[in-house]
Amino acid sequence: MAEGENEVRWDGLCSRDSTTRETALENIKQTILRKTEYLRSVKETPLRPSDGLSNAVSLDGLNKLLAHLLMLSKRCPFKDVREKSEFILKSVQELGIRIPRPLGHGPSRFIPEKEILQVGSEDAQMHTVFADSFAALGRLDNITLVMVFHPQYLESFLKTQHYLLQMDGPLPLHYRHYIGIMAAARHQCSYLVNLHVNDFLHVGGDPKWLNGLENAPQKLQNLGELNKVLAHRPWLITKEHIEGLLKAEEHSWSLAELVHAVVLLTHYHSLASFTFGCGISPEIHCDGGHTFRPPSVSNYCICDITNGNHSVDETQVNSAGNVSVSDSFFEVEALMEKMRQLQECRDEEEASQEEMASRFEIEKRESMFVFSSDDEEVTPARDVSRHFEDTSYGYKDFSRHGMHVPTFRVQDYCWEDHGYSLVNRLYPDVGQLIDEKFHIAYNLTYNTMAMHKDVDTSMLRRAIWNYIHCMFGIRYDDYDYGEINQLLDRSFKVYIKTVVCTPEKVTKRMYDSFWRQFKHSEKVHVNLLLIEARMQAELLYALRAITRYMT
Amino acid sequence: AMEKMSRVTTALGGSALTGRTMHCHLDAPANAISVCRDAAQVVVAGRSIFKIYAIEDEQFVEKLNLRVGRKPSLNLSCADVVWHQMDENLLATAATNGVVVTWNLGRPSRNKQDQLFTEHKRTVNKVCFHPTEAHVLLSGSQDGFMKCFDLRRKDSVSTFSGEAPEAGRADGEVLWVCHRPPDVFPESTKKVGLEVSTPPSRPPRLGRRQACDSSPQSLQGLPPWLLSLLEPLTFSPHGPPPAGQSESVRDVQFSIRDYFTFASTFENGNVQLWDIRRPDRCERMFTAHNGPVFCCDWHPEDRGWLATGGRDKMVKVWDMTTHRAKEVHCVQTIASVARVKWRPECRHHLATCSMMVDHNIYVWDVRRPFVPAAMFEEHRDVTTGIAWRHPHDPSFLLSGSKDSTLCQHLFRDASQPVERANPEGLCYGLFGDLAFAAKESLVATESGRKPYAGDRRHPIFFKRKLDPAEPFVGLASSALSVFEIEPGSGSMSWFVDTAERYALAGRPLAELCDHNAKVARELGRNQVAQTWTMLRIIYCSPGLASATSLNHSVGKGSSCGVPLMNSFNLKDMAPGLGSETRLDRSKGDTRSDTVLLDSSATLITNEDNEETEGSDVPADYLLGDVEGEEEELYLLDPEHAHPEEPEYVLPQEAFPLRHEIVDTPPGPEHLQDKADSPHVSGSEADAASLAPVDSSFSLISIPHALYDTRLPPDFFSALVCDMLRFYAEQGDVQMAVSVLIVLGERVRKDIDEQTQEHWYASYIDLLQRFCLWNVSNQVVKLSTSRAISCLNQASTTLHVNCSHCKRPMSSRGWVCDRCHRCASMCAVCHHVVKGLFVWCQGCSHGGHLQHIMKWLEGSSHCPAGCGHLCEYS
Repeated sequence: MAEGENEVRWDGLCSRDSTTRETALENIKQTILRKTEYLRSVKETPLRPSDGLSNAVSLDGLNKLLAHLLMLSKRCPFKDVREKSEFILKSVQELGIRIPRPLGHGPSRFIPEKEILQVGSEDAQMHTVFADSFAALGRLDNITLVMVFHPQYLESFLKTQHYLLQMDGPLPLHYRHYIGIMAAARHQCSYLVNLHVNDFLHVGGDPKWLNGLENAPQKLQNLGELNKVLAHRPWLITKEHIEGLLKAEEHSWSLAELVHAVVLLTHYHSLASFTFGCGISPEIHCDGGHTFRPPSVSNYCICDITNGNHSVDETQVNSAGNVSVSDSFFEVEALMEKMRQLQECRDEEEASQEEMASRFEIEKRESMFVFSSDDEEVTPARDVSRHFEDTSYGYKDFSRHGMHVPTFRVQDYCWEDHGYSLVNRLYPDVGQLIDEKFHIAYNLTYNTMAMHKDVDTSMLRRAIWNYIHCMFGIRYDDYDYGEINQLLDRSFKVYIKTVVCTPEKVTKRMYDSFWRQFKHSEKVHVNLLLIEARMQAELLYALRAITRYMT
Repeated sequence: AMEKMSRVTTALGGSALTGRTMHCHLDAPANAISVCRDAAQVVVAGRSIFKIYAIEDEQFVEKLNLRVGRKPSLNLSCADVVWHQMDENLLATAATNGVVVTWNLGRPSRNKQDQLFTEHKRTVNKVCFHPTEAHVLLSGSQDGFMKCFDLRRKDSVSTFSGEAPEAGRADGEVLWVCHRPPDVFPESTKKVGLEVSTPPSRPPRLGRRQACDSSPQSLQGLPPWLLSLLEPLTFSPHGPPPAGQSESVRDVQFSIRDYFTFASTFENGNVQLWDIRRPDRCERMFTAHNGPVFCCDWHPEDRGWLATGGRDKMVKVWDMTTHRAKEVHCVQTIASVARVKWRPECRHHLATCSMMVDHNIYVWDVRRPFVPAAMFEEHRDVTTGIAWRHPHDPSFLLSGSKDSTLCQHLFRDASQPVERANPEGLCYGLFGDLAFAAKESLVATESGRKPYAGDRRHPIFFKRKLDPAEPFVGLASSALSVFEIEPGSGSMSWFVDTAERYALAGRPLAELCDHNAKVARELGRNQVAQTWTMLRIIYCSPGLASATSLNHSVGKGSSCGVPLMNSFNLKDMAPGLGSETRLDRSKGDTRSDTVLLDSSATLITNEDNEETEGSDVPADYLLGDVEGEEEELYLLDPEHAHPEEPEYVLPQEAFPLRHEIVDTPPGPEHLQDKADSPHVSGSEADAASLAPVDSSFSLISIPHALYDTRLPPDFFSALVCDMLRFYAEQGDVQMAVSVLIVLGERVRKDIDEQTQEHWYASYIDLLQRFCLWNVSNQVVKLSTSRAISCLNQASTTLHVNCSHCKRPMSSRGWVCDRCHRCASMCAVCHHVVKGLFVWCQGCSHGGHLQHIMKWLEGSSHCPAGCGHLCEYS
């Protein structure tokens, strides 16, 4: 069988024109049926030993196609494609070939599938967003489906991501995906790594690079150090790091390329946080997203185990959750009461300057020790670790290790005044896009808290944002860090800290145990704040170093 | 100058400003500076610095350190500082933690701190004293509030919320004319319930001395409007910002002329104008910038002018006296604008500094927004504060910077970018005249070198009339030379004609060559015609002779003697071509010969026949020239050629929406193989029979030998490429591109991509200058170069608005997503038009192209029945 015939082209499906899609689907159907027939005929003839390997290969190829079809049948925004894909799968099954079924419970392991918007039931405006996203990447990923809780943000997020990956920019396309892989691999985020490995190959990247950073060009290897520091200890970035990258003779980065790379790195570091923080399931067509086994064999999925999320835990949490409904109801009330109090007594009880300064230091220091009690070591998921070196390098707390890190004063270098101008100068339009995204994330509110309506949540959102920045040593002169202690309880702090600093250690238990009465959409909202605050913190350190290099 | 000096002297009370450009090192980065009204002291404030320096003739001398106490508090971390312009002892600072502090230098103790206002929740970005009231201080904060303080009271007297007022106000609508007549005043005081028996026409001002001496607690002498504000009148309580995001305030500035007015700028790009007595709502609001407006400054003399600077790198000057705030000037800088300050005594000058990347201070003349009038380059890091030393002296500028220095800049020491500018310009006139402007000095020396050029080139020197208001006079005067074209000789009609009539694709190669040769010949461009003919011979003569075509050709042979009359030698082409490229010779030294050449071209070539001996090309040409003329007679008849071309081009024009993106090889190649053979084959025999025109016999034998050995066209490709380059170098890029397209694959591989791209680009540019859109589009389409063929795939989108709801239609062109109606209906058949939509520009009714065409053949009225007399052309 000639190789050319096996080629399946998916890109026709992204078209907005239904006839184009129909033709593309017809072609796919023909190819798949041909392959199926071929496999059947081989099966029926007695097996020769030399055929074994090639058969396995072609079966593997077919399975990949079927998995992709399965994904389309569930996640394509176009109804015709969904139906036809399912039809093709059925006809393959009728031919006696085993077809895959999706594993897991929807886009997120933390959020029940029924809470999440089903593809096909979106409104017209969201459909346009979906179609755009599908047209750009040929998929509608689980991250998008979870972010749909907040359409306003999603739109801005997708626009930015599309610009970073596919529009004008100083870096070649395969570099962009490779940098995405590097960044996601720092947090052992196999979900993002898998996605971008596919994209990387799709845009013509060299598969050899995927064997490890040492196989990539020297220029990308040089970026490894920045990636490492940025992901785990951004406050250590100095202008020497920047200089090292910009002055490396033939492997030098240009300033514009570097800014592009930095934006990509920070984007994927924080996206890894989101992936773990919301328990994003593997994509249906990727490894771990589907199975060819019949459903009765087992009722847990592999990904749960690798994330320390044993089914035993789940039952425990569930039962605990049931018991403490009244308890957690009280939590919301208490939180609202605290907010009210803070609002009212702000003017009366004025803390002294020393008091204010020490509150920041206390919060910063305490944030070091906020870690979940079950701090077990998680071994990096299978092949992700080869994308980065020095696996032992992780988030280290400044005070614990005797390092003195000067506090970063946001009043001296902030995103709005300084970071924005620098990014926009070196990588036009991206500054604007990120700025919009920060704004939307920071200001997003529905004025609700769990079951309460018409609540001004600005104080709570500011506390979360500033707490994250506080963990990175970024201080707002005009903020009373005492508020954080009042508003964020320990389990919430544990969750924030884990998502932001060591996202690979997030478990369903952590997700469930904070803000128990709050809706899932509100927990996703928290995650948006977390990832944007983290991205801004990393960007601030990196951009400040670049500014220092430039002056 | 004397007049100005005397004014300065009066203002200073007896001593004129003296000093030099100098700087001093600070211990820490500065965030802001402010000058004392005596122009002899400056205060510098930053995160960890707060000092007063005396400005002496030779140096800055530290006079006072206001940062006292062992443990530095955040209250001392200053974002802004301002010195009262009425009271030498009074200062105010804005702290990054949201505290507003006032300082009284008259206090006997070491700590000069006077009052502490802790009402703002976020960083205070700006503080501003009232220009004439001693006790009124205004602050603007990140929390979105502006507060007005009376320094004799502990709390603010009023709070202004930057939150956008109710909908509909944000679009620059005027709510209140800013310059109200004085008699409005009592009304507003009544409004707050204060009886004023004899309302003053203007609030009484406090005398300067009185202001300084008045005891802080005394309320006497307080203007009644302020008294009224002392009543509980805070419309926006100190509590949390009301629902809806309040935008951060970046700058607040009291108007210098309008007692009650102040301006505030916001992070979302808005500027608001407030009346200090009306904290409930702003007088007017408009969007000034895209992104945060970092600063603003009222013009010191012109009461209506407000300058704003933003993150979008713009400085804009607004005229606020008009009904709507009107942008009167706009300066585009290279980095976000952090501060803007009008220059004293210079109506159109303002100084700016940037927040990022750019460390220099610029002084702009707003009327000349492209080149700064002056530039100060002393700082090594961003400049954070600028201040003119004295309100009536334009020559001293002070600045503080993140590089921890304080500078005094003297205007006479400023570097002037104009001096370094190279003002040169070059432009063609409508009739081919060339104007060239260059620095006067350069032109003077050059024309001196060429005395004889005068009569031929007609250089004309202009000197602009001097305008005293213009800042650059004398610095950048340039001389303009105009090179006129001799009447008639500059006509480019040959270019236009050629472009329109050439056939580039869609027919066999031989026909194309013949057609183009004929076009060239008719335009009197014989060299070009010869070249086409030669090309035809080279590429269309694969010697497949057949008896029938031979006879056929011979029979027609007599009708085509013309090309044979011309012989041709490559060496002679150069001067001949010059006639078409004279425009390129801007030097214009030898113009005369080109005119001659036009007429002599045929002469020369005709005489040259002997020289063709031994040369392959002409010999080949002589033999091959004679074939297939009956086709030509039919096809290239001028009456025929003309209607044919538009027909050929128009359909493409009518469907510009999508082009196939694939690299399709140009037409002739497909067609050539099938269609070429009959007439090409005739060539050999024709040559034999018609050869003895006037050349020697040996010429006949050579082509025979050539054909016998089947010399492939490849043999000539090097020569043809040379020829193309030659034409291109001569400026006839039209020829180069046309041949390139016509020959297609045959030569393309021998010329590098980049050169081809360059030729295409030049030709397309030329075509577009002559508005030959159809031709240019055809060339783009036929080009095989990726970079070129993507030209007409860019911006092919046509944005349509729905005819019902006037909103853009995003997904499809005919159905509106919002109102779910079909937007473009055909007025004839009442169906949706999905393809070509034609509509009348008079009544805007329309429909399917075909339907409308048909309708208007029978009726002159609009098919929609609107009564309009539509025309279709």
